[in-house]
Amino acid sequence: MAHGPATLADGWRAYIARWVFTTNHKDIGTLYLWFSFAMFLLGGAFAMIIRAELFQPGMQLIRPEFFNQMTTMHGLVMVFGAIMPAFVGLANWMIPLMIGAPDMALPRMNNLSFWILPFAFAILTSTLFMEGGGPNFGWTFYAPLSTTYAPDSVNFFIFAIHIMGASSIMGSINIIATVMNMRAPGMTYMKMPLFVWTWVITAFLLVAVMPVLAGAVTMMLMDINFGTSFFDAAGGGDPVLFQHVFWFFGHPEVYIIILPAFGVVSQIIPTFSRKPLFGYSSMVYATAAIAFLSFVVWAHHMFTVGMPIAGELYFMYATMLIAVPTGVKVFNWITTMYKGSLTFETPMLFSIAFVILFTFGGFTGLMLSIAAADMQYHDTYFVVAHFHYVMVAGAVFSGTAAIYYWLPKWCGKMYNETMGQVQFWVAFIGFNIAFMPQHFLGLAGMPRRYADYGLQFADWNMVSSIGAFIYGGAQLMLLYNVIATIRNGKPTTEEKTWEGAEGLEWTVPSPAPYHTFAKPPEFK
Amino acid sequence: MSTESSYYVPEQSKLPIITATGMGLMAYGAASWVIGGGNMVFTAGLIIMALVMFKWWSIVIDENMRGLANDQLKRSYVLGMLWFIFSEVMFFAAFFGALFYLRVIVNSWLGGDAAIGIFDDTPTDAAVANNALLWPGYEADWPPMVTPDEAANGANATFIGPDEAMSFPGWSKMLGWLPLWNTVILVTSSVTVHIAHTGLKNNNRKQFVGWLGFTVLLGLIFLVLQAEEYIHAYQHMGLTLDSGIYGTTFFMLTGFHGAHVTLGTAMLAIAWFRSLKGHFSNEDQFGFEAASWYWHFVDVVWILLFFVVYVFD
Ligand code: HEM
Ligand SMILES: [Cu+2]
Repeated sequence: MAHGPATLADGWRAYIARWVFTTNHKDIGTLYLWFSFAMFLLGGAFAMIIRAELFQPGMQLIRPEFFNQMTTMHGLVMVFGAIMPAFVGLANWMIPLMIGAPDMALPRMNNLSFWILPFAFAILTSTLFMEGGGPNFGWTFYAPLSTTYAPDSVNFFIFAIHIMGASSIMGSINIIATVMNMRAPGMTYMKMPLFVWTWVITAFLLVAVMPVLAGAVTMMLMDINFGTSFFDAAGGGDPVLFQHVFWFFGHPEVYIIILPAFGVVSQIIPTFSRKPLFGYSSMVYATAAIAFLSFVVWAHHMFTVGMPIAGELYFMYATMLIAVPTGVKVFNWITTMYKGSLTFETPMLFSIAFVILFTFGGFTGLMLSIAAADMQYHDTYFVVAHFHYVMVAGAVFSGTAAIYYWLPKWCGKMYNETMGQVQFWVAFIGFNIAFMPQHFLGLAGMPRRYADYGLQFADWNMVSSIGAFIYGGAQLMLLYNVIATIRNGKPTTEEKTWEGAEGLEWTVPSPAPYHTFAKPPEFK
Repeated sequence: MSTESSYYVPEQSKLPIITATGMGLMAYGAASWVIGGGNMVFTAGLIIMALVMFKWWSIVIDENMRGLANDQLKRSYVLGMLWFIFSEVMFFAAFFGALFYLRVIVNSWLGGDAAIGIFDDTPTDAAVANNALLWPGYEADWPPMVTPDEAANGANATFIGPDEAMSFPGWSKMLGWLPLWNTVILVTSSVTVHIAHTGLKNNNRKQFVGWLGFTVLLGLIFLVLQAEEYIHAYQHMGLTLDSGIYGTTFFMLTGFHGAHVTLGTAMLAIAWFRSLKGHFSNEDQFGFEAASWYWHFVDVVWILLFFVVYVFD
């Protein structure tokens, strides 16, 4: 591999070929990141439609059937198209740099994992234009709504999920193989950066539960088209079976989303506190404990489904247990900052906001985990508020922090700090205006997934919609900031962009050369 | 941890994008096929996939034969294969878990019995009402020869239970019972593939090639017998995919297992053809080993199936 990467100067064909045929972890990471941002904007557009309709009571803009398609597609696109690929992109870019490897372990499979995604999402999005409309049964696609009563397009949804799953499994196997097999000499497991640790554990979760999701959609496919009765009591099946299978995937899935985010902030907070991470090994064990517990708590999503009381109690206590390792993490982040010489550049602002808002979301999670109380909260906006605090202020904030933090390493240009901070505050304020009122709405009894609502909910819904538009605007600012940085950012060639940064990725020049560590570096 | 002094970094490759295109066409094509749109797109995707997979494996094998694949890359392949098998284990776990839940919990609920008898086995009011109001006349039983639908609605039911189940026919008729023979065949094949492996380790080519070929043959016999079993079920036992939850779980579990036996047999057959061409040695045996690990996995799944699907009623 003597030649460098093709640029536009080499002609269009060479340039496109570079991206389509690439086996380079940095190129593939970039592809993942741009793809996920595109999906983020698409899912965001769906959200804007939802919030515009909910701006006032009554039906204004769209029909209820279309509203249902929007909530479904918003959830699916954000979870599978935006958040997951974004962190896979970060993994691709950073893991080889952090462990001193020249590339991912299986580079061609890496390219395949990425290129499946555009096909999967093209199929998924095309359902919106099909007869009978797209999937309209919620991102959790409960049977029999998603089987007996589903539009024909559900079959496209099922196969799109299948190939997405294949992509995730291959991507994860690649990450596991890379970490187990490609570390530079001296990089023992307990010296690995936390981002790498959280990703291996996430990859393990993915390999374990994506096949279960494949099983769930396969059962749907068979029930819909081939006469089986998995989810049909008439034949001896049970719709609740769907929920068990789905949530056995679904709960680990939420940790798949949040663990890499934990990893990112565990890199950033020490850098801007100019102190090593407090309690490194407890962080590793806490991550592993969370991952383990995530397999045994799934039915906390099903408290109202009619489980035996013993089941309710077990799932309640097991869920509460997760708060312990999660608490350990929050404690460690705060203690890392304690007496540090802190500075508040954009990545740090997003990380601190992450710690505060994620903790808030964790607390509402704890409220939801009380089975008796969840009878009230379940399927209300309180749940919607809870998971947006953990997934948006959690995963998306952390992803944004990662972009600002590593952008100089990726493109050798510095973003504009003022613009970064402005974007942070708009996002932070917009987010809280959008989602804080949803707690109140939920506690007051507003159910989720309806296109309309009673008059008593009007005020807070309007506030929430305004916040959502502000937050949406903040994402356009992020896009602007990234493009402006790439095009006219102040060049920076220093290896170590941030004064307090530690780790192998800060020993290579900025921008990181196309091939790094052709010879393994020595890690002390 | 890496011990190499420099790494293997492959060139750009056209294989992945072609594979992804094939997969995309297959996914889109399968969906339009099941809703009645013809199978053209699916077939096109399938052909692309078959060709590109063949090409991909040939290239990997060729790289390996030319010594381009260093030890580190080989370790990555090993890890890749092992974790792939783990993901397959989890896929089956979903179906075994479903069977457990349907059989142990749902079935008794539908029949108005207690949920799980561990803590308390008095039927809950909900279970009793469920049975009385929705499925009157249904009695929990496994294998269920009557569906709840049938019990409540008689001949108007959508789901009609099977006439006969695949269960253990009793000791006297045991020798005519296909599942038993299939078990014998698969267990034997796990042993024969191991003998082949020992042959390879001891540089005994004849032992290696011969026993590997025999294993492939056993795999094929298994598949033929299973096809025979399915035909019998459909034609003489009234046991089909739509004969309620028994048909559902029976065909889905054994069917997916059969699909994996097919894949495993194909992998072993490729290894066998390679062995005829003189590939593999004590130092270089990943392609064969991977197939044999997969084969052992398929075997273990069968043994579980044999007990929970066929034997224990
Ligand atoms: C201390 C940690 C947490 C606890 C105790 C917790 C607990 C819960 C409970 C009990 C529910 C079910 C509420 C209901 O439907 O009635 C729930 C819903 C949810 N949680 Fe959490 N949670 C925690 C952290 C997280 C994290 C980290 C994420 C993701 C990043 C997350 C994502 C979700 C999602 C997406 C839902 C709603 C799913 C749906 O019905 O659409 N949670 N949580
Ligand atoms: Cu959960």
